[in-house]
Amino acid sequence: MSRAPSNILDRPLGGRGRNSSTETAVSQSAFAYLYSELVQYHQSRVASISELERRLESSGYGIGLKVLELLSYRSRESKRETRLMNILQFVSANVWKSLFGKPADSLERSIDHADEFMIVDYEPLTSTYVSVPSDLGQLSVDSFLSGIVAGVLDGAGFSARVTAHSVTLEEGEAGYGSSNSSLPPRKDKAVFLVKFSPEVLKRDTGLER
Amino acid sequence: MVFLSLFIVNKSGGLIHHRPLGPNAPQIGTNEWLRIGSTFHSLHAIAAEASPLRLPGNKNPYGADDGIEEIHAGGLELRCFQTRTDVKFVITAEPGTSDMEYVLKEIYVLYTDCALKDPFYELEMPIRCELFTQAVDNLIEHVEKNGPSKR
Repeated sequence: MSRAPSNILDRPLGGRGRNSSTETAVSQSAFAYLYSELVQYHQSRVASISELERRLESSGYGIGLKVLELLSYRSRESKRETRLMNILQFVSANVWKSLFGKPADSLERSIDHADEFMIVDYEPLTSTYVSVPSDLGQLSVDSFLSGIVAGVLDGAGFSARVTAHSVTLEEGEAGYGSSNSSLPPRKDKAVFLVKFSPEVLKRDTGLER
Repeated sequence: MVFLSLFIVNKSGGLIHHRPLGPNAPQIGTNEWLRIGSTFHSLHAIAAEASPLRLPGNKNPYGADDGIEEIHAGGLELRCFQTRTDVKFVITAEPGTSDMEYVLKEIYVLYTDCALKDPFYELEMPIRCELFTQAVDNLIEHVEKNGPSKR
């Protein structure tokens, strides 16, 4: 006779996923409402836009650390990543796939700065339903996601400063059909700018030799 | 199939959104809209009280019972949908327009998606979400282009 776990903390979160019965899925609406509350909670306690972004980033940081542990454990790779490009590939492919179901749309290296990289996502989950009012200017609510990326990178030993930017889509740029057909197509994409600390770059160039 | 206007009234009777939906929509100033909103709110409440019949149970699975649902006039058809939270979505169109119910329900879905999930929208306040206005425009455009459709 098996006993179903009676403690609510032991029960799996969410119902069956679309693809397999082993996958659990939580409704996007539930996440959207929860995230909306998180943003409102922080907004009532800050005095500036950058402080709000910083708070969202620190909310996501802890998640990044845990995601790194979880994915490393599950992938059963015995070696950890030590090279810059490899860890960035890990973030943009594996981390994105496990969090959002698809790899990040692109990973680019900045031309002007050797220590800057950009991860682009055309449909970030956190800003699907958000309309930023004009008086909040350049606020990006995807700062939560940049916090997650920062957590993963820091945990792996590549300390970096990650910021989220909403960049207007250029003419004809992707947006391969919104997954939610009733919403208008997005006008902007999220670009996560990753700026590594100087010692990380020094170490990486040292390893190249 | 020509829609005229949309307006949304919150539970205290204040107008939280108004929008022309087509080229024939009357040009009404903001103050006039506010007046229309609160007048409709009062009429809706009075109609619910004045109705000689109380309908048993909820005939509408996700709306509220009683109150004005339709107004047929010479040059206008008006439909109202009241949610369980007493938010009234009112849409007007020229006579002979089909699919008003469908459009009204879709607008309600857009409201829950674009306004309620937006952290910058305060409940009962005027809706300033760009995503919502754009989605409504796209919806009307889609319905007018594709004709009477039952999706």
